[in-house]
Amino acid sequence: MPVNEFVVRVGGDTLEGGIIRTGEFLAHALARCGLEVFTFRTYPAEIKGGQAMIQVRTAERPIYSHGDDVDILICFDEEAWEIHRRDFNPYGVLIYDNKFQPRNFPGTAFAYGFPFSEIAKVRLRNPVSKNMVILGAFSALFSLPKEVFEQLIRDYWGRRGEKVVNANITALNEGYEEGKKVEKEDQYRIEVRPMRDRLILSGNEAICYGAIAAGCKVFAGYPITPASDILEWMMEHLPHFDGTPLQVEDEIAAIGAVLGASFAGAKAMTATSGPGFSLMTEFLGHAAMAELPCVIADIQRAGPSTGMPTKSEQSDLYQAVYGGHGDVPRVVLAPSTVQGCFYVTVHAFNLAELCQSPVVILSDQSLAHRTETIPPIDLEKIIVIDREIYDPTFHSENGDSYRRYRLSETGVSPMSIPGRQGSYTAEGLEHDEFGHPNWEPENHMTMSEKRFRKLELAIRYGEFYPGFEGFRWYGPREADVGVIVWGSTAGAVREAIELAEQDGISVAALHVSMLYPLHREVVRRFINSMGRVLLPELNFTGQFAHLVRGETGLDVVSYTKVTGVPFKVREIYEAIKELARETVAVR
Amino acid sequence: MAVSAEVREKYKSELKPIWCPGCGDFGVLTATFMALGNLGLNPEEVVIVSGIGCSGRFPAFTTAYGFHSLHGRTMPVALGVKAANPNLTVIAVGGDGDTLAIGGNHFMHACRRNINLAYLLLDNNLYALTKGQASPTSLPSQTTDSTPYGSYENYVEPCALAILYGATFVAREFSARARKLADVIAQAVQHPGFALVHILSPCVTFFDTYDLYKQQIKELPPDYDPTDMHLALQYSTDMENRWVGVLFKTYKPTFEERIQSIREKSMQRYQSVTLSDMLNRRRV
Repeated sequence: MPVNEFVVRVGGDTLEGGIIRTGEFLAHALARCGLEVFTFRTYPAEIKGGQAMIQVRTAERPIYSHGDDVDILICFDEEAWEIHRRDFNPYGVLIYDNKFQPRNFPGTAFAYGFPFSEIAKVRLRNPVSKNMVILGAFSALFSLPKEVFEQLIRDYWGRRGEKVVNANITALNEGYEEGKKVEKEDQYRIEVRPMRDRLILSGNEAICYGAIAAGCKVFAGYPITPASDILEWMMEHLPHFDGTPLQVEDEIAAIGAVLGASFAGAKAMTATSGPGFSLMTEFLGHAAMAELPCVIADIQRAGPSTGMPTKSEQSDLYQAVYGGHGDVPRVVLAPSTVQGCFYVTVHAFNLAELCQSPVVILSDQSLAHRTETIPPIDLEKIIVIDREIYDPTFHSENGDSYRRYRLSETGVSPMSIPGRQGSYTAEGLEHDEFGHPNWEPENHMTMSEKRFRKLELAIRYGEFYPGFEGFRWYGPREADVGVIVWGSTAGAVREAIELAEQDGISVAALHVSMLYPLHREVVRRFINSMGRVLLPELNFTGQFAHLVRGETGLDVVSYTKVTGVPFKVREIYEAIKELARETVAVR
Repeated sequence: MAVSAEVREKYKSELKPIWCPGCGDFGVLTATFMALGNLGLNPEEVVIVSGIGCSGRFPAFTTAYGFHSLHGRTMPVALGVKAANPNLTVIAVGGDGDTLAIGGNHFMHACRRNINLAYLLLDNNLYALTKGQASPTSLPSQTTDSTPYGSYENYVEPCALAILYGATFVAREFSARARKLADVIAQAVQHPGFALVHILSPCVTFFDTYDLYKQQIKELPPDYDPTDMHLALQYSTDMENRWVGVLFKTYKPTFEERIQSIREKSMQRYQSVTLSDMLNRRRV
């Protein structure tokens, strides 16, 4: 639909400058026109140079994925055209710098060439203003009110002074005049709608806000793509929230410091990506053994090893669920939206405190660095759970010493905090209730049961946080095709099942956000209620499919992809259609 | 100053040390009780963090809070404890493998951060808990089960390393001199900043160095100036005479002070901005 519903992509070499900012500005401008936006970006792993792109999808209704085809493509250079033309809608619009001529241009599409570089360099003598020239032209071409961009420029550069603001507005106007000269042939345009109350945030930012809302007081991290911006945000902001951020020497130190802080009574977290998470694995086991609450956000990227640092994948699930020697209880949560990143982080802290266990958040590159318009977050409604603290006046020890690891029905034992009565040693060795090293056969059995018993509390977390389910069932209770999905792939699945329903296919989806412990009964019921069940995920081996099969004893059809970019809605839709055909044929 | 057995009892846990009779670590434990007694510290305000090895079992033998962490990882854990609550007294205990092999990286960064804690390096010149393999401080003359033909690596001297890494207090003592050791541990605990106490703590089972160190150790000359870094390096690296006492001492802002100043700067920059304000600023 050409009015208010399309996908814009901006591509070019980062040496050209301003590619990502062009997209970010556009996203904000569209949001201020009362539309929903959803961005997706990839950037080169090189320090300078290499192709970057940002995609902005807009619509009047909620958006769950970044969109399959590019309707409006803005190319800074020829290489960008060559890369992005494969995703270009053959009836779309290309806006390009006419220092090059696009080859193999589809006759059905529209192309508007402008001398953007020349205008910025020669006419304005301000090469970095090229992106504003482009946005000016965009404004004229698609009726996006120029004032919206002007206000954005003031909001963005106001602090830098009038001169900077004026230079950018001049560039915007210059582009606008160029745009007006064009004889527009395409149908795409914007109609301003009433402003909606929306926040515009990225996934990683939402994790930071969620951590603060949950009461995070210590953050420790080490730079790694695509999690570094969480470290940077924490280094800037945690101190004025009365916390201590630490940039340490490696990821082992990061989780070590998190556990030390947790032991001393602070809520603490670290954020990393696959390689860093690998290094943390030994301490993950220690956290489980010593029963220390902690939160690890793993912003997944394509692996194994160094892999593709700037590309997206959902391939750390095995590591998150099974990583570590010995039997290591932990909770694994996966957000699927920017809003989800906020709430999942709150839940992660709550579950860590409730179960005195490590909690892993599995986000990924695409989710981390996309921005979305989301409804405002009501902080008043956030429930913050704190660990059960040992209080000698309430927890009588009958003259006995304090039992840090006292056996209990839930498996949780009240924890004492240094500086208060109830000293003990947090122990990585197997230990008895007092925390004293102990390798009696029955004791290891009993203590293993105690530690794993706590995971039942995680399954019951909805009792502590009304509204939390750990999964969401979309569509009918019974259908020919079911789709089980986790993480950032959930958005494409939601749109794909809508398309399939429109085509008369009987389909339902189960989005699982608590991956471990798994709500086994729900997943089993879902699989048993569907003809066939598809499980799409961005990894090679079908990691969640393995987990689901192992936990439920039921089969699913694994659908995997490792191209470094998220699923397209169409890909999942086609897979659903194929399964539906097979199911109906069998019937 | 001697401390009565009664005071020492206050810090002694119900667990009996698992160390071999005659192990140097007993001397360190007693000296630590004496130091804590002398300083009048409440065991519940003290956190003892350890790694893995014979020294790793140290915290459980005290009534202080303990954190028996992973091999080589005492420093990150101690850093986290201090980040969460700078008012706690933190004593880290590590062996020579803990500190200089698997945890060598953390040791460097802990020194340069100048975290306000005392680090007791219990050096027995080998891995004893795993029954006698070579460590970074194995002596050139020493053969072990893992170096049957002698060592093929050079000895690494922890005091000199700590000085160059940026530690602000570096001392050496011998575990057999409990009172002197207690005094130096007390000084290390009181020092504002990273304080290393390199303790020669013989392993009676796999490499008994009591006689060797009795011959080799020498107290620093009375006119020794611990603020002279070059002198400190020279005395630290002398392998003929193992000098004991406070080798090096200087003052730099501590980790805790720097964190406090960052917090003040951040408060100044963001005044009383709340999370709700920050979210509101992200409104479309």
